Amino acid sequence: MKESLAGIAGLAILAILLEIAVRAGWVSALVVAPPSALPSAFMRLWGEGFVAGPAGITLAQAFAATVAAGAIGIPWGYLLWRKPVLGEAYTPWIGAAFAAPTVLLFPLFLVLFGRGYATTVFIGFIAAVIPIVLKTREAFAGVPKVLLDVGRSFRLPESGLVRRVAFPAAVPGIFTGLRLGLIYALVNIIGMEFLIDFGGLGRIASEMYFRFEIPGMYVAIILIVLVSWTFLAVLSRLETWLRPR
Amino acid sequence: MAATQIRVLTLIVLLALWEATARSGLLYQDVVPSLMKITSAFLRMLFEAQTWHHFAVSAWEIGAGLVIGYVLGVAFGLAAGTRRFFGAAVAPYVDGIATAPKIVFLPIVMLLAGTGIASKLALGALSAFFPVAINTAASVRQVNPVLVRVGRSLRLTRWQMATRIYLPALRPSLVTSLRLGFGLAVVGVLLAEIKLSNAGLGFLANEHYSLYRVPDLYAVLLLVFIVAVGLNSAMGRFAERG
Repeated sequence: MKESLAGIAGLAILAILLEIAVRAGWVSALVVAPPSALPSAFMRLWGEGFVAGPAGITLAQAFAATVAAGAIGIPWGYLLWRKPVLGEAYTPWIGAAFAAPTVLLFPLFLVLFGRGYATTVFIGFIAAVIPIVLKTREAFAGVPKVLLDVGRSFRLPESGLVRRVAFPAAVPGIFTGLRLGLIYALVNIIGMEFLIDFGGLGRIASEMYFRFEIPGMYVAIILIVLVSWTFLAVLSRLETWLRPR
Repeated sequence: MAATQIRVLTLIVLLALWEATARSGLLYQDVVPSLMKITSAFLRMLFEAQTWHHFAVSAWEIGAGLVIGYVLGVAFGLAAGTRRFFGAAVAPYVDGIATAPKIVFLPIVMLLAGTGIASKLALGALSAFFPVAINTAASVRQVNPVLVRVGRSLRLTRWQMATRIYLPALRPSLVTSLRLGFGLAVVGVLLAEIKLSNAGLGFLANEHYSLYRVPDLYAVLLLVFIVAVGLNSAMGRFAERG
């Protein structure tokens, strides 16, 4: 509690210092928007339809990308666990893809899909599917052997063992994968929108810069940070809340 | 079948599918260029002087950005990890900015540092800073408290505590931080180059894209991936030996 108050106080002091620095002319208002200009800039952006609509577009794309990534990534992760030789063959590749700068491939997707939602959602899909596959496999691999043995002692057939024992035990781990996937998808989609001037929130930041609307640009960037942060916080809460105790 | 055989087989199937798509004529010319075209573009690129000029620009931006972001990130992480109150107070802001895509800060960075090399370097530093700071702060909290108490009982100064107690105890985590920071610095710098620049591999890729030289585009991205993935796994091996 005290810590968060200190954090807010620190932020307020920073804002006041920036305001003073701009008003005194130490830094140009063309470089740093004075914090007092932000509320009115936000209202203007809101009025021009640059806030709610674009945020909705971005979130919808992130969800679509994650749903597709889950539909493909969860069975894939399951397969990598079920057939250990496939797991051994492909998991290092997927791990390497996780560390590789895959987002840099976007010009290729522009060539393939054109400058549109197909490209942004596909970027989100790639970003999301990798952690989903890895976490799903990990979740199944982490199912305690005791649980499986209990199922076997009840003479559950192999399919029942997966459906009634392994899958329920793996759900929390799979959810972790989906949560990571959704955040990666969101972040990559916003970045992509900024880069190709297309879509929702990311496009607004780029547009404000090219229009040289400095306060509007700061508002758009702060909005992106807020949306990312809210997403992260809400999903972590949701995960602890859903996790069986 | 062993894992290696599966991998080799997969590679062959993928490459064959690629080549079949390229030659099928189903897609517009060069959207999926044939492997021959990509290979020859790659080899041609290796012998062009301008490739290495752009390579050097990107390497400088990534390297210098990484060093700045890394040093500041470790220092910040040490402060946030050792001083609980400060750490808890800044955590929500650090986490928030760390999650957001760094490339959207490019407009601010360009207003401050111009549109040249300095802005790419700064974006690389910004991208590297956050994972390094968060990883360092988390590892500081896991340093064996006995070591910290020994340091205190010897009345070490703050600087001595950092250099004699924390940094040696954090060695494995420092290598991990370097890998994380490097990966994000590469992405930050190259995306910034693609968005707005006149030099660097990102700029080169964007040129090829605008002029629809797709095989050359593949060649540049291939070079970036070979170097990035190679350095990353080298650091990984270094960490294991550590």
